[in-house]
Amino acid sequence: MKFLQKMSKDMKDRLITFGILFGAFLIVEILILTGGASRHLQAMLIPICINMLLAVSLNLTVGFLGELTLGHAGFMSVGAYAGCLFSIYCKDLLPVFIRYPLAMLIGGAVAAVFGILIGIPVLRLKGDYLAIVTLAFGEIIRSVIINLDFLGGAAGLKGTPQDATFISSFAVVVISVLLILNFLNSKSGRAIKSIRDNRIASESCGVQITYYKMLAFVFSAFFAGIAGVIYGHNLNILTADTFDYNKSIEILLIVVLGGMGSIRGSVIAAVIITALPEALRGLDKYRMVIYAVLLIAIMIFNSSEFGKRIREKYDPKKLFAKKNAVKKENADE
Amino acid sequence: MNNQRERTKMVPVPSHSIIPERDANFLPILEVSHLGINFNGLKAVDDFNLTVGRTEIAGLIGPNGAGKTTVFNLLTNVYQPTNGSIMLDGYNTAGKTTEQVNRMGIARTFQNIRLFSNMSVLDNVKVGLHNSIKTSLGASLLRLPSYYRNEKIANERALELLSIFKMENAAYDKAGSLPYGAQRRLEIVRALATNPGIILLDEPAAGMNPSETAELMENIRMIRDTFHIAVMLIEHDMNLVMGICEGICVLNYGRVIAKGTPDEIVSNPVVIEAYLGKKD
Repeated sequence: MKFLQKMSKDMKDRLITFGILFGAFLIVEILILTGGASRHLQAMLIPICINMLLAVSLNLTVGFLGELTLGHAGFMSVGAYAGCLFSIYCKDLLPVFIRYPLAMLIGGAVAAVFGILIGIPVLRLKGDYLAIVTLAFGEIIRSVIINLDFLGGAAGLKGTPQDATFISSFAVVVISVLLILNFLNSKSGRAIKSIRDNRIASESCGVQITYYKMLAFVFSAFFAGIAGVIYGHNLNILTADTFDYNKSIEILLIVVLGGMGSIRGSVIAAVIITALPEALRGLDKYRMVIYAVLLIAIMIFNSSEFGKRIREKYDPKKLFAKKNAVKKENADE
Repeated sequence: MNNQRERTKMVPVPSHSIIPERDANFLPILEVSHLGINFNGLKAVDDFNLTVGRTEIAGLIGPNGAGKTTVFNLLTNVYQPTNGSIMLDGYNTAGKTTEQVNRMGIARTFQNIRLFSNMSVLDNVKVGLHNSIKTSLGASLLRLPSYYRNEKIANERALELLSIFKMENAAYDKAGSLPYGAQRRLEIVRALATNPGIILLDEPAAGMNPSETAELMENIRMIRDTFHIAVMLIEHDMNLVMGICEGICVLNYGRVIAKGTPDEIVSNPVVIEAYLGKKD
């Protein structure tokens, strides 16, 4: 147990986050293997991974950079179409294990390029203006795609190979979360958090504000693009209508629910938000009402004193602390 | 006690300023000439001239609203001056951004504390070290050995800087949760971390009690002696100003009304008038 004491805060955080991820993965895999998982549950697994990816990447701009953007679904759609087009054209040329990762990289890269193009004018704006412009971007992208014939138009893009599997999607989530955590705990991550906390002080510490804002924004777009590629490879038909502002708001909702600036929170909230409407499907008419009430309740709980106390009491970090305390007592004796 | 302290010998320089004799043979760290800014016709600072020696502790005082903080904002290019020029270590800072001027060698603290309050104390200092950490983006994403090496150096350096103010024990606390005085000290540490040639302190003793202020004075002197840098400070606490400043510049209504050693300033009738008003 000695290594637990030596670990830095960063390492403990990682251990908990990945512990939750792999724990959930194991449970689900066991359920699938033993036949305990319903088809409903199995169909939800990939969307959960996609939403995790989207939420974690949006958290980068909203939670860590502190800029409100409402066009995350736009980047997702750009990535999805780029990745799917690539897969359709290379369907017979490349085997799956090369084609699919390549499609992801291409989707992510195209989304990142759009991130740069949008970021140049947009990151000069602040607060409400940035939200308005990114909202418009999401809607414009959608309209453009519907009117482009080679992207399938309003009827949707057909013929994408069904490459997405739960295990591969989960692997992408793990790698992405790892990369994002590495990013946040580096010099660049500190710079981004410092811009959020105090822009003027950050500038006077010699941090290149524009560069780091752009970096966070582009990173966020890149991972949204990858999420889009997985989404595209999970469905028969890719239609632009799914990437409307409701999708952007849904992602934002996950981020807010999970806590801004908390990667672990985003991961957990993604599961709740994706699974909740499905779990309530049986209640039919009252489904959306219950969904809304539950969300409000969770939000109130999260920000209330009571919620804070409960969370402090059951903080997983305490596990380490307690063990250390016990150890110390023993040592004193 | 302060008055018994040995006064630095000051020598005049061409820009109607005085600098310590020991700095006279070196290029001054800061040379400001005819600096002025015009806010829609209001001359907040007008014809400001000042030379600061390489290891000088300079004071900038004046009644409220005299334009002291505006001078700091001009020096760090938060505002672009309407006229005049600033030479920092021999280089003109005109047209540079705040962050570029910082890399040229000016660091500052703020009158209303501006810490990264959601980050740890250590991380605050490491943001100050930002430009001296040479890890590439790829290396930090993939956690290559160079990342660990550079982070370790940065950690050690940050703790070393924190130990100046005996704050190394609070390194992992949230910066926003520190007591007021400690927050002011952390701002100074963060500014020092950027490896400046001159550090601008905007009311460093505000909200501190007399014993904390006395300790701060010792620390400012110690910083100057160990880092061999110049310090320029705005302060209303006259004990501190008269105690550690070698040259003092008095500002009123955006104009310099007096310059000199502390002894000259206290007895200057123009300064007394600016602070207390005219005798009938």
